Amino acid sequence: MKDSLGAPQSLLVLGGSSDIAMSTARKMAAARTKKIYLAGRPSQRLEDNAAELRTLGATVEVVPFDAAATDDHDKVLSQVFATDDIDVVLLAFGVLGDQAEDEKDPARAVAVAHVNYTGAVSSGIIVGQALKKQGHGSLVVLSSVAAERARRANFIYGSSKAGLDAFAQGLGDSMVGTGVHVMVVRPGFVDTKMTQGKEKTPLSTTPDAVADLIITGLRRGSHTVWAPGAFRYVMSGLRHVPRPLFRRLPM
Amino acid sequence: MNRDVRDVAVPQQSSTDGVHAERLYGWGMTSPSVADVADPTAVEQLAELVTGAGPRGVIARGLGRSYGDPAQNGGGRVVRTTSLNKILNIDIEHGIVTAQAGVSLHQLMGTMLPLGWFVPVTPGTRYVTVGGAIGADIHGKNHHSAGSFCQHVLSMDLLGADGQIRTLTPDTEPELFWATAGGMGLTGIVTQATIAFKKVETARIKADIWRAPDLDGVLAELAATDDKYPYTVAWIDCLSTGRNLGRSVLTCGDFAKLDELPAKVRKDPRKFAPLSLGKVPPVPVSGLLNKMTGRAFNEMWFRKAPVRKEGVIQGVGAFFHPLDGIMEWNRVYGPAGFLQWQFVIPFGTEDTLRQIVERISAHGAPAALTVLKRFGEGSPGYLSFPTKGWTLALDFPTNTPGLAQLLDDMDEKVLEAGGRLYLAKDSRMRPELLAEMYPRLEAFRKLRAEIDPHQVFMSDQARRLHL
Ligand SMILES: Cc1cc2nc3c(=O)[nH]c(=O)nc-3n(C[C@H](O)[C@H](O)[C@H](O)COP(=O)(O)OP(=O)(O)OC[C@H]3O[C@@H](n4cnc5c(N)ncnc54)[C@H](O)[C@@H]3O)c2cc1C
Ligand SMILES: NC(=O)c1ccc[n+]([C@@H]2O[C@H](COP(=O)([O-])OP(=O)(O)OC[C@H]3O[C@@H](n4cnc5c(N)ncnc54)[C@H](OP(=O)(O)O)[C@@H]3O)[C@@H](O)[C@H]2O)c1
Repeated sequence: MKDSLGAPQSLLVLGGSSDIAMSTARKMAAARTKKIYLAGRPSQRLEDNAAELRTLGATVEVVPFDAAATDDHDKVLSQVFATDDIDVVLLAFGVLGDQAEDEKDPARAVAVAHVNYTGAVSSGIIVGQALKKQGHGSLVVLSSVAAERARRANFIYGSSKAGLDAFAQGLGDSMVGTGVHVMVVRPGFVDTKMTQGKEKTPLSTTPDAVADLIITGLRRGSHTVWAPGAFRYVMSGLRHVPRPLFRRLPM
Repeated sequence: MNRDVRDVAVPQQSSTDGVHAERLYGWGMTSPSVADVADPTAVEQLAELVTGAGPRGVIARGLGRSYGDPAQNGGGRVVRTTSLNKILNIDIEHGIVTAQAGVSLHQLMGTMLPLGWFVPVTPGTRYVTVGGAIGADIHGKNHHSAGSFCQHVLSMDLLGADGQIRTLTPDTEPELFWATAGGMGLTGIVTQATIAFKKVETARIKADIWRAPDLDGVLAELAATDDKYPYTVAWIDCLSTGRNLGRSVLTCGDFAKLDELPAKVRKDPRKFAPLSLGKVPPVPVSGLLNKMTGRAFNEMWFRKAPVRKEGVIQGVGAFFHPLDGIMEWNRVYGPAGFLQWQFVIPFGTEDTLRQIVERISAHGAPAALTVLKRFGEGSPGYLSFPTKGWTLALDFPTNTPGLAQLLDDMDEKVLEAGGRLYLAKDSRMRPELLAEMYPRLEAFRKLRAEIDPHQVFMSDQARRLHL
């Protein structure tokens, strides 16, 4: 259960090897979150993350989970919810893709859309239902500023995040009155393995900073969190920039 | 509504009729959850509501005056007892009352005071139910002289997980009786209780009110007055520092004798007039205050209190329930809500008490005024809160910066001193601390596993603290 100061006791991460998710889990485990499920594609990194969180006093279970294998979602996730109440679910999986290559190969483009959007729709629906049965809990969805307006440079990823973002907002609306809270997080450039080797864009930030914003947002029950917060205003300006100009912006 | 339709016989109702999803929180308005809430109007409906509860179980709820999450059950069922509000029997001669669990102490006072009887124990609000008073084994200003609520309960009826009602008395079923007393609803639903009242000549209190300049002063004064007054409490200013640290106003008294009342009041000496408040509310609502105005308010409040005034005649409301005059005062803290932190530590650990008051004062948390009291011997309740020692209760808005760490640190101090936190107020403690604070927790768990192996009775608090 979340306590009166908004600190959760249990966390389920979908995409347990994500750097942003790991920063968040680390901070939570240092406070009250002592039961953590890391769901993800089996890897050394996933195991290492679990081991590190255990050193912070948390009981950690690693759950094999592939966002793309939507047929398995119900079985895998139901098992988690059958054992414990989950106070916070962090939907963190995602792939950036390679825009230039993906534009040439529809199968590759679809794979990006499939993980980022379809995989999230499938697991999001299941998580929403499970939280509703508990009568409490938060689902945090890592969207992106790229969802706000698709850009020439990464519109395949951007459109998948736009779909995810709209889905998560709608899911949140559908949960009003159920005790379930859905929070959409829209980071800009975050320094993680996803963006390794890419050139930083303005307002770039760190996984730790995003984690702090996620934890504050959870405490306040926010519906939308921008990371950094300044993006709220930047994007509300950019939303109305004419397309020819938008296309040429360095971001 | 069409008048003609109203008298048409209604079809037989099922006990789950009217069960509806509702978002519930405690008095502090924090950590809500949604449950299926039933408002039964007859005891006969209860068994089905319990045996038919789904996998997430069921918990009783009274007037929701506990601060945190004990009377909520996310995703499960909550049985609100407030429509089970009949006083079933009154023995006027001996002051023994049998009441349904949803009867409030307000209702009991209104009925019994004119007859010359007062509830044996009242908390700082009259708006609690008999069920809630038993579930938390509540205490009042007279704990040092009268013990806790359940020590005045002669018998209670408890509906168990099997749907059966058992009559419990401290003599015939001491285990289940004392597990239910302070058991936070986890042993079943109390349907009714028989309570021994206290005989009073009038409905007025004769109080002595005086100031203590600092913490040592108030501790000494309270220790010296245990035998003198059945009801004592000190309001302590937790924002003052230095020489003034812990300055307090003591309010101590007893029910007035008939010949102690002014002639005018003597004509109707047992009239229950709870709303007669003084001009200035005797207690500030700290949510209206930030740190600065809190200090200013406390200064004014302290200066206004008499240096010493004896024999002040007060109504029951003004003396026992100063906040009840301000309905829904919990809302002034805004959407972030607030919490209360209450502990007891043994006599002899006054150093810890001092450190805690210093820490709060240094932090500047806008806990404006706080209540300090002495407890007497505890009851046999497995999870009953009171034990011999000092108890301090403070309100904090949950958005107070640094609050989580401040309270975690102070929990440790309480534990080190051999003290404990009050479950009716808790909304945030670390679950690991509970077993150390309540040595009989394991025994409670064992008993619960025997009588309710499937954990039909379940609350958000029980989940949070692994009760
Ligand atoms: C302003 C204020 C001042 C207070 N002062 C004091 C004080 O001085 N001393 C003190 O001890 N407490 C004090 N309290 C706390 C209050 O007395 C307790 O929380 C009490 O339990 C509230 O009763 P309720 O009917 O509102 O119960 P709820 O808050 O609805 O429930 C409290 C617990 O009792 C259980 N319960 C309720 N009904 C039943 C039932 N029929 N059968 C079994 N279990 C049941 C619930 O499951 C829950 O665990 C104060 C609270 C407020 C708001
Ligand atoms: N970094 C940024 O600049 C930025 C900006 C905005 C939004 N975001 C979003 O934030 C989220 C977290 O990203 P991050 O920055 O922490 O990058 P990250 O460390 O690369 O995390 C993404 C994780 O998704 C996992 N994943 C990929 N495909 C998966 C699949 N099919 N099933 C299960 N897991 C899968 C990856 O793990 P495996 O490959 O081991 O399975 C990877 O650990 C992503 O949704 C991302 O789109 C990131």
